[in-house]
Formats: sequence, structure tokens, C-alpha cells
Amino acid sequence: MKKAKRSREVLEAAIHGVFLLLGLITVGCVLAITVYLVLSGIPAIREIGLWNFLFGKEWASTAADPKFGILPFLLTSVYGTAGAILLGVPVGFLTAVYLAKAAPPKLRAALSGAVSLLAGIPSVVYGLVGMMVLVPGIRKLFGLPDGASLLAGILVLAVMILPSIIKVSVTALEAVPPEYEDASLALGATKEETWFRVSVPAARSGIAAAVVLGVGRALGEAMAVIMVSGNAPNMPSLFESVRFLTTAVASEMSYSSGLQRQALFSIALVLYLFILLINAALNYFLKRDKEGGK
Amino acid sequence: MKKFWTILASATLALTLLAGCGSSGNAPASSAASSAPSGGDTELTGSVATDGSTSMKSVIGALGESFQNANSGVTFTYNPTGSGSGIQAVSEGRCDIGLASRGLKDDEKSSGLTETVLAYDGIAVVVSPENPVSDLTIEQIADIYTGKITNWSEVGGNDAEIVLIGREAGSGTRDGFESITGTEEACQYRQELTSTGDVIATVSQNPNAIGYASLSAVKESVKALSVGGVAPSEDTVKDGSYLIQRPFVLVTKDGVTLSPAAQAFFDYATSAEAAPIIAQAGAVAANG
Repeated sequence: MKKAKRSREVLEAAIHGVFLLLGLITVGCVLAITVYLVLSGIPAIREIGLWNFLFGKEWASTAADPKFGILPFLLTSVYGTAGAILLGVPVGFLTAVYLAKAAPPKLRAALSGAVSLLAGIPSVVYGLVGMMVLVPGIRKLFGLPDGASLLAGILVLAVMILPSIIKVSVTALEAVPPEYEDASLALGATKEETWFRVSVPAARSGIAAAVVLGVGRALGEAMAVIMVSGNAPNMPSLFESVRFLTTAVASEMSYSSGLQRQALFSIALVLYLFILLINAALNYFLKRDKEGGK
Repeated sequence: MKKFWTILASATLALTLLAGCGSSGNAPASSAASSAPSGGDTELTGSVATDGSTSMKSVIGALGESFQNANSGVTFTYNPTGSGSGIQAVSEGRCDIGLASRGLKDDEKSSGLTETVLAYDGIAVVVSPENPVSDLTIEQIADIYTGKITNWSEVGGNDAEIVLIGREAGSGTRDGFESITGTEEACQYRQELTSTGDVIATVSQNPNAIGYASLSAVKESVKALSVGGVAPSEDTVKDGSYLIQRPFVLVTKDGVTLSPAAQAFFDYATSAEAAPIIAQAGAVAANG
């Protein structure tokens, strides 16, 4: 009896160790990337100067007198993400309410399948379709000389963040205790009133988390926007060719050297800090959600 | 990438040193002494060090790879430093063959350097097939790219704004185009795309766009403009009548005998056999 118990304890300890090791791999990767990014991102910022780097309006990395100002990229990333959220959140949110509360089961299954599929489409495919259909479409619709613009980037990003917003919101809405809704209906509220006055407020931190997740996705996307936004380092304007933080790194990395390359790492560092901030926000909302449930 | 080549170069150096230490009867090929003529079947050993133009990366990379495949005993290195540094390196004896993406200047030639044209980098200026313009002078192209000409009607086309498509900073094609047209750092790009394929796809989609791409990459979906009345083709690039082109040059020092390995590479690179490899890398071979 005792022996069996003992060997079980050893086995448990061993398994515990394996899990710990696997967990540490993830932590190790995050740490390694963070350390590497900070170490390779700092030198260029030092050389250029933090103020000139973050708030310089001109980027000319290969000029004889190179300029490394990333304000155009910063603002483009912020505007682009905000635009995508502005378009994507209302659509995603209402779709989620419909899916969680109103859709008949068969339609719901079909729609959920479509949403999952949308999440699975590789970003290069979004970019390709955007380049071949959306960009010429914008050019013709608005009578512009060229359609590759911030608007094209926003539209592609808005579609790309839909699945994350819809899925997380649906989960949050479904987790609302049915008693709340039953009580509301019993008090004489209509179904619509119940959804928007009872279910949505009860699920609000989950929905907020969905939005934050969408922000993170939009901010970090490179492949699709590089193909539709034109990549000229202009200050952002809806119909102008623009460059995002992500695409600034991606488009020049392959042939870069010296300070130019170091500056690209610094851009990556700025982007990384942005994403960290978003993740902190996400954690905050999720934690509040958990505490609210207790 | 640069780091990688540096490491490779130093590794090669270390290896040659080792080989030198353990020297037996056959001297290492890197020593410049004229070795006794050996049978064609003996395996070539030693190293070939090239240094210079970053624009020649794809051509030299492809040639070096195929040369090494055929001669596994040879170590081939390429140090992408720029044409000027490459010319200096070969004149100071720091490499076997210098690489330059321009012809040698007279004072460089008189200092005892010889140029051998390996290939020509022809850059086609492309527009949409719907665009009625089919010929521009090199001055007009420069004016278009620097923003002095902004409407197609100024060069005989439709009344529409010209959309400038280019490549990202650091690209060899961009560097070539801007240096030939004299528009360095002055181009008002509407779009900076990261591959030749993207440029061609974008230009084919937009009737008002103009772009540039390696001649070998131009496809049916776009129209390559003739420049000053000369249509771009392998022949017009080779005979120099098509203006948007530059030579890729192998630079050697007079009076210095190349090591057998370096000589073999030199002969291989300038042979007709290498022409298809050069073409695949996007340039027009000088001999082929």
C-alpha cells in the first residue's frame, strides 16, 4: 500500500516537472524575445535621440543624410487601428448579439462556421484580394489617382478583426446566466430590450476584452496592410499612401544595414511596447470579468 | 545578411590559414604563385573572395552557388560593401575580384585596374497596357519621378495624374534606377513596394501608374516603355542603345595573377555557360 503510494508520488512529481519545463519554454521564449528586442532596439534610439525618433516627421533611411522619424508610422498605426475598430466593432458586436441570442440554430451553425473560416484565412490572402479588388475599387469609386491608401488598410483590417471580436463576444454573451434574462422577460421586457439592457451589460467586460483583442490584432498585422496601403512614409491621410509600424519593419528589413537596420529594430521595440500595453489592458478586463462573476 | 557573409568570410580565412599550416606537397590555391598546369580533372581547391556592389547580390550569389556546386573544394565568399569599397578592396589586394555596378572611372583604370563586363542590369520602365504613352526620354522619366511632371497629358497621354510606383529603400533595382536617371533621394513615390511582382501587379491594375522593374521580370500584363525611341530588350541593353541600364563589372588588378580557383571562377562567370544563371538572377549576360 505504502509502496504504491510512494511510486505514485514520484510519478506525480515527475509529471509536475515536465509540465513546469514546458511552461518555462514559453516564458523563456517571451523573455528571450524581449531581451533581444530591447538590446537591439536601444542603440539606434540612443544615436538618433528618443525625441527625434518618436516625433520626427521624416523617414529617409537610405539618404545621404538619413532621417529616422517614425511619427508618420506611429500615427498611421493608431489611425488605422482606430478606423478598423470603428468599422469592425459595431458589425462584430451586433453579429455576436444575433448569434448568441437571436439566430435560429441552423443559421447560427452556418454563421459560426463562416466566422471561424474568416479567422482561418491567411493574412496574405486578405492582402492579395485587397490588392487586386479593393485597391482598384477604391481608386474608381473615389476617382483617385491610386487606390492604395490608409482607407484600404482600414477596410482590410476591419474585416480581419471581425472573427476575434465576434467569437469572444459570443462567448461572453452566452455566459450570461439565463436567470437574468428570464427575470427580465418575466417583468414584461421585450426580447430586444432584454438583450441590450440585460445581457449586454452583464457581458460588458467580455465584450471589452473582445475589442481589445481586435485592437491587438489590427496593430500587429503586417502582411495584409503592406499589400494595400502603398508604403510611402507619408503623414497619415485617408486617401494617401501610408506606412504602418509593422510594414515599416517588414518592407526595409531585407536589404537594410547599419543604423537603418538598428532603427528597424527600434521600430519593432516601439510596436512591442504598444502590444504589451494592449495585453495589459486585456488582462485588466478579463480579471475584472472574473471578479465580477464571483 | 551582412553579418552572415562576414562570418563566412572570416571562416574561410581561418580555413585557408589552417590549410596553409598543414601544407604538404600541393600549395594552397590561394597563393598567387603560378602553379604547374594540371590535368583538367584534378579537383580545384582554394578560395575565391569577391567584394563590392550590393546590387550584384543576386547575380553573384547565383553564380557563386553554381560554381561551388561544380567545384566542391572551393570556398566562395562575397562581401557586399558597395561598388566603391569593392574597387578599393581589389586594388589593395584584400579580395580576388572586385565587383562594381558601374564602369570604372578613368583614374581608376589608370591606377592599374581592369574591368570586365559580366552582365548588364537593364531596368524597364513599365506602364499599364491601357496607357497610350509608349515612349519617354530619360529626362522626362527623371522629371516624372521627381514630381516636375505630374500629369500624363504633359507627355502626350491622357489627362490623368501620374502615379509613381517604386521599390523600397535599399532595393538594388531602386538604387539602379535612381542612379541611372539621377533621381537619388528625390523620387516622390506614391507606393513603395517590396517585390518586382508587386510592382508589376500594381502597374497592371492602374492605367495611370508608372513603375520600374528588372527587364527580365517584365511580363505581358504591363507595357515596357521605349526610352528615347529605343525599346528595351536584351540586344538594345547589350549594345548600349537602351539607356536605363548599367554594367555589372568584375574588377581585377593588372599584374596580379589570379589564383587558380579565382581564375576558374572568372572564366566560368564570363562564359556562355553562366548566361542562363545570370538571366535568371535578373540581368543580361554580356557573353551569351
